[in-house]
Amino acid sequence: MKIDLFITCLNDALFPRTGEATVRLLERLGHEVRFNPAQTCCGQMHLNTGYRSEAIEIMRHFIDVFESSEVVVAPSGSCVAMIRDLYPRAAEWAGDHELQERAVALGKKVFELTEFLVNHLGIEDVGAYYPHRVTYHPTCHAARVLRVGDAPLKLLRKVRGLTLVELPLADQCCGFGGTFSIKNPETSTAMLSDKIQNILSTRSEACTAGDNSCLMHIGGGLSRLQSGTRPVHLAEILASTEDEVFA
Amino acid sequence: MSSGGIKPAETFAVAAHETLNNSQMRRNLGRATMTIREKRLKAVAELSNWEEIRTQGAAIKDEAMAHLSEHLLTLEESVKRAGGQVHWARDAAEAREIVAKIALAHQVKEVIKVKSITTDEIELNGGLEAHGIHAIETDLAELIVQLAEDRPSHILVPAIHRNRAEIRDLFRKKLGVKDLTDEPKELANAARTFLREKFLHVKVAVSGANFAIAESGTVCIVESEGNGRMCLTLPDVLISLMGIEKVLPRWEDTAAFLQLLPRSSTAERMNPYTSFWSGVREGDGPQEFHLVLLDNGRTDVLADEVGRQSLRCIRCSACLNVCPVYERAGGHAYGSVYPGPIGAILTPQLLGMHDANANTLPFASTLCGACYDACPVKINIPEVLIYLRGKSRVGKGADLESIAMKTMAWFMTDAARFGLGLKLARVGQGPFVKDGVIHRMPGMLSGWTDARDMPAVPKQSFREWWKHREIQR
Amino acid sequence: MPSAKEEILAKIQKASVSPDGSLVRSTVEHSSRPQQEIVEQFAEYAAEYRANVIRVAAPDLKVAIRDALLARKSERVLVSADLPTEMRPEQCDVTDDEGFYHLRLDQFQAVVTTCAVAVAETGTVVLDAGAGQGRRAITLIPDHHVCLVREDQVVDTVPEAVQSLYEAVRAGRPLTWISGPSATSDIELSRVEGVHGPRILDILLIRS
Repeated sequence: MKIDLFITCLNDALFPRTGEATVRLLERLGHEVRFNPAQTCCGQMHLNTGYRSEAIEIMRHFIDVFESSEVVVAPSGSCVAMIRDLYPRAAEWAGDHELQERAVALGKKVFELTEFLVNHLGIEDVGAYYPHRVTYHPTCHAARVLRVGDAPLKLLRKVRGLTLVELPLADQCCGFGGTFSIKNPETSTAMLSDKIQNILSTRSEACTAGDNSCLMHIGGGLSRLQSGTRPVHLAEILASTEDEVFA
Repeated sequence: MSSGGIKPAETFAVAAHETLNNSQMRRNLGRATMTIREKRLKAVAELSNWEEIRTQGAAIKDEAMAHLSEHLLTLEESVKRAGGQVHWARDAAEAREIVAKIALAHQVKEVIKVKSITTDEIELNGGLEAHGIHAIETDLAELIVQLAEDRPSHILVPAIHRNRAEIRDLFRKKLGVKDLTDEPKELANAARTFLREKFLHVKVAVSGANFAIAESGTVCIVESEGNGRMCLTLPDVLISLMGIEKVLPRWEDTAAFLQLLPRSSTAERMNPYTSFWSGVREGDGPQEFHLVLLDNGRTDVLADEVGRQSLRCIRCSACLNVCPVYERAGGHAYGSVYPGPIGAILTPQLLGMHDANANTLPFASTLCGACYDACPVKINIPEVLIYLRGKSRVGKGADLESIAMKTMAWFMTDAARFGLGLKLARVGQGPFVKDGVIHRMPGMLSGWTDARDMPAVPKQSFREWWKHREIQR
Repeated sequence: MPSAKEEILAKIQKASVSPDGSLVRSTVEHSSRPQQEIVEQFAEYAAEYRANVIRVAAPDLKVAIRDALLARKSERVLVSADLPTEMRPEQCDVTDDEGFYHLRLDQFQAVVTTCAVAVAETGTVVLDAGAGQGRRAITLIPDHHVCLVREDQVVDTVPEAVQSLYEAVRAGRPLTWISGPSATSDIELSRVEGVHGPRILDILLIRS
């Protein structure tokens, strides 16, 4: 299958290893991965912070870039939720019905990495090897907007060498929320400290998730505490083998 | 002051500071919301057709909104036919005057009240006080809030932020009960004794309304303690205040809500008492009944295609109980009688999106979506939050944030500019990076690094890596 | 100047909400469960909400009512004047309600009534001011409510109960839905039974 990768702006800028891992993983599974360098960002931060017209411009750019793709995969639940769930709404609010139709059509072929593997390709064992104690944080948009369900857990359970430890109160938000963490840092920190306490209680070496935005938040807290637990994107675990370690 | 109105005195971030730094209050809130969350899931799981009932509840409310004037006129006619009187109030002040005038006509010094957020919304107690009439709250939690001269912090349990020991001390002091333990049963009993006298003697009662059925002129109050039944049955005069969005077209429509409300709010199969009455019934209950229909910003909410779904709300408080922001920041942070996720969308809209403090409320959410999952009438709260964030910016001049956002949008609408932006960020972060992380960021970003590190922009972006790889192939 | 009513209605018109037509009011389906199963569930759920459920055969009803009253030492008993003879306990001080004022009502320790319908799904009994139930105040002020429910009055679901009450509502009769004795969860969300309404609710479930 020819897969167009939407790397997301955050991964492009701050977490290129996640992108490399996604490419390696999909190629290992026999797919052709393409990266269109015309891509930039999905516009989520702008829409969610109230900058609707700017978000629409970014969104228009995104649709132009990816409209002709067969299938688009992104290692981020949040950005895919933006595209699938909020693009049509944002276009509707702008009264642009043509854009709305294009958004709906595109949304049907954009997938978050784990739902793509498990629900679309029907794969659970990706041949990964990761000999570590890991806990999994289900990110809010993947869980409640995309409804990826236990797709990530199914993948993790098949990773050889990996010890999966259940995260207490896993469904609770980590407190990131994009610009929420900047506008309401105190509340965000209160949520983060509970999340971190729960993560540390699992005595895991790594906390994994399908979104580097949440992981950046959680990781920022873990790093400040100088804890031994590190944030690792799911793609990096799934891409890791005996021969090639990604995280 | 027990009636707080809906105008926040501060921004959410400022108001949240207090609860976030009050460990007792945070413990109380955390424990209470955790308990009710688990209970709600169990109560909801018992009904196999829960999703269908939610859909039906939402559809009934949408139908009521689609023909609102028709249903209100039918309601008015039905109530009048049943011997009641109907009043219309444009805003809070007008509603307060209507209620005060009725009470004054009966020359009373006291009225008893069934818990009603709508009366709190219009700050009725203060309005009556100005006419020399004292309103006595009869719901246990409202009584606690009133005696403590506190503000309600939750829709269902206004005193959720108080624990049993605090309530015991309050009752000892204000109700003059000695030898009181902090057993909830004993505390409830102290309230019973105090209020019994009032129920038997006070002539005028004020209530809200959970629902009002247009076709029959029937008003409904859902409650637990029996204080509602007391107020609705024993006084000579009953005044019920309802927002115009509480109307239901038909009697059969109540079925959905009698299933949705108790399970979503107290997580019970059914609340202990639900009363329905139509106008006046000879020899049974108050012989004078007034229904006050309140707008107070609701028609403005109705006029907004996206925001209007907020009017479906049945005030169950499920969204508060599942909200991680509410759990930490508490109800007072919202500065309105409508706290939590529903308050974050309702309060600014009722104020016409003109109130700068209220306009910070839609930003008081991580958009985690737990509220939407819990809402029994499927209000897409995250969607409305995002929509209102946009609306709150309308007419706002340029500020540091908007300049930053617009600049970023410029970088993000063109790949060449985007690539340039990545390079600039790598250079610009220079002075802040230490050992591959950023420990302190400047300006409005400093809140982040108060408690978290920020990863530094790495030497190679993904697109650079990809380009490099393509060349090597 | 336009009245408040005119102004509000005008603003609603201006909001021009277009109906989406998604509401379908379907007829209420009667439960397919056997009646005995429904009755058992009602008994279980009512008891879970701290009502005392007492199963009784019709011929033993009078004795059962008296026992229930004696068990709580409820001596002065109030009933609606139209409560049938076979439901009036013997050897008890029973008074017909003559529209007594509140303070007088406060002197009765118990009230005995029938009900309109009962709901299994929620353990609820509903009063609709019909025969044997009287006005609302009599089931409110006395501290002990003995409610008589025939097994054939129990329906499975809330929608079924709502449907069965339509006539009463159309006739302008008030309804009181009762699920256990009064309760509050206002202190730390922990449930306490017995606040302002009757603190004791006995449900006498009469075998058909």
